[in-house]
Amino acid sequence: MKSRALDTTIMVVVLLALWQGLSALVGENIFSSPPATILRAVDLLGSRTFWGHAASTGVAFGLACTIAITIGVIGGLWLGLRRFAGDVADPILGTLYSIPKITLYPIILLMFGLGLSAKVAFGVIHGIFPIAIFTMNALRTIAPVYTKTARMLRLSPVATIRTILVPAALPEILTGVRIGFAVTLLGTLIAELFASTSGIGFALIRAADEHNVVDILALTMLLFIFAATVNALLHHVERRVQRHG
Amino acid sequence: MDDKAAHVSLRGITKIFPAVGNHAAVHALGPLDLDIVKGEFFSVVGPSGCGKSTLLDLLAGLSSATDGTGKFNGTPLRGVVPEGIGVVFQQDASFAWLTVRDNVAFGLRRRGKDAAEIRRRVDHALAFMGLAGFAEAYPAQLSGGMRQRVCIARTLVLEPELLLLDEPFGSLDQQTRLLMGDELLRIWRETGATVVLITHSLDEAAMLSDRIGVMSARPGRFIDIVETEWTRERDSRIVSDARFGAITGRLWTQLREESLRALGHSQTISQGQP
Repeated sequence: MKSRALDTTIMVVVLLALWQGLSALVGENIFSSPPATILRAVDLLGSRTFWGHAASTGVAFGLACTIAITIGVIGGLWLGLRRFAGDVADPILGTLYSIPKITLYPIILLMFGLGLSAKVAFGVIHGIFPIAIFTMNALRTIAPVYTKTARMLRLSPVATIRTILVPAALPEILTGVRIGFAVTLLGTLIAELFASTSGIGFALIRAADEHNVVDILALTMLLFIFAATVNALLHHVERRVQRHG
Repeated sequence: MDDKAAHVSLRGITKIFPAVGNHAAVHALGPLDLDIVKGEFFSVVGPSGCGKSTLLDLLAGLSSATDGTGKFNGTPLRGVVPEGIGVVFQQDASFAWLTVRDNVAFGLRRRGKDAAEIRRRVDHALAFMGLAGFAEAYPAQLSGGMRQRVCIARTLVLEPELLLLDEPFGSLDQQTRLLMGDELLRIWRETGATVVLITHSLDEAAMLSDRIGVMSARPGRFIDIVETEWTRERDSRIVSDARFGAITGRLWTQLREESLRALGHSQTISQGQP
């Protein structure tokens, strides 16, 4: 644990040094320095406009995550249990996962218009596939001896899923959720960048229009801190589950 | 068959796995007949791949025979595990997400027993299997042999009247195997259960069983049924009995040819050079 904390500290220091170096190299008005950026970030955290944008992104992201996780996990479970459906869905999901979602953005805009629903939809199409794929594969790779044990214990199909299959697959499902979380955030922000009137992504693109470098970097840094923190948290939960599994 | 009703009976049991893709159909087992009486300790030995595990699946009701009929307590077996059958599988089936205690209690909880009763039976089983000090450990913290003991305990707490074991001690060292064999004999005596043990160890079969079914190379059939005539009050010390050597000797004589066939060798090897 001690060496992990040390590693993290070293990494942060190196990143800050590189950042400072780059800023000094290209100039403060193209790439703001860490002190200026951090001060601006603290400023933002005290402003109402920032929290308005953060709330807008938060609502969209929260909805997108909820939908992606719910449908992704349930869909993945179903496909994992139905061998044939899983065989058919496997390559389709793989393709959908790997195509750049941005190519679907015009369609999403036509379907959902500007605003919250388009952001949510764009977040969902990013997050749903990794979650479904990980869940499906987790179920498909469960040792056959577990299902034999369930039959030996005369469990009903529902009890088998609830008490054996889901717990057995949980570590991998959580990995899917962690990755899904990251790409859902990505999707939501991309949607905000291109066509929206509020949110962190919108604030970012406006700052870019205004050549407000320090705002861009401050917002990016705050996003990075948020994503990294939640990711670390999910990783922690995942490891706790895996220690048993 | 006349004075004692068969606890398990198989008639003309055959198992053929149908062709899948470019794999040809496999005739795994039979046709074979078998009667096991209540309270008997029956072992099955045979060369690798002869269908021993397939036979166990059929006995458990985990799969259906292609042909023939199997009965447990007079009721036909047809792809559903009947009440009263407990199985310990060859592979590690301990639930990684549960503690040893919760693993062992799993079946009892699903059957809705009350907490005090579960606690009593689980404590007993844990002590019985030498797991009392590991009740709160997770399987990942245990050795393979201990995980197998968790699985045995989980099955035993349900007090099955027919206990099916598929090479349960395969992952254990020889000394532990002998001691676990003693445990198994004790459980068998105390519970009065019928035991069917699949094993590749001729010593284990000779030491534990009332009768030993010797199977041929695939498709598996019984080529010999050896009666040991041990008393019920036996333990691992019978390995030094002269009759023990005679039994393992007879088993090996039967199996040598079949094992060579299973390995794909021709008869010439067994005939040897002058």
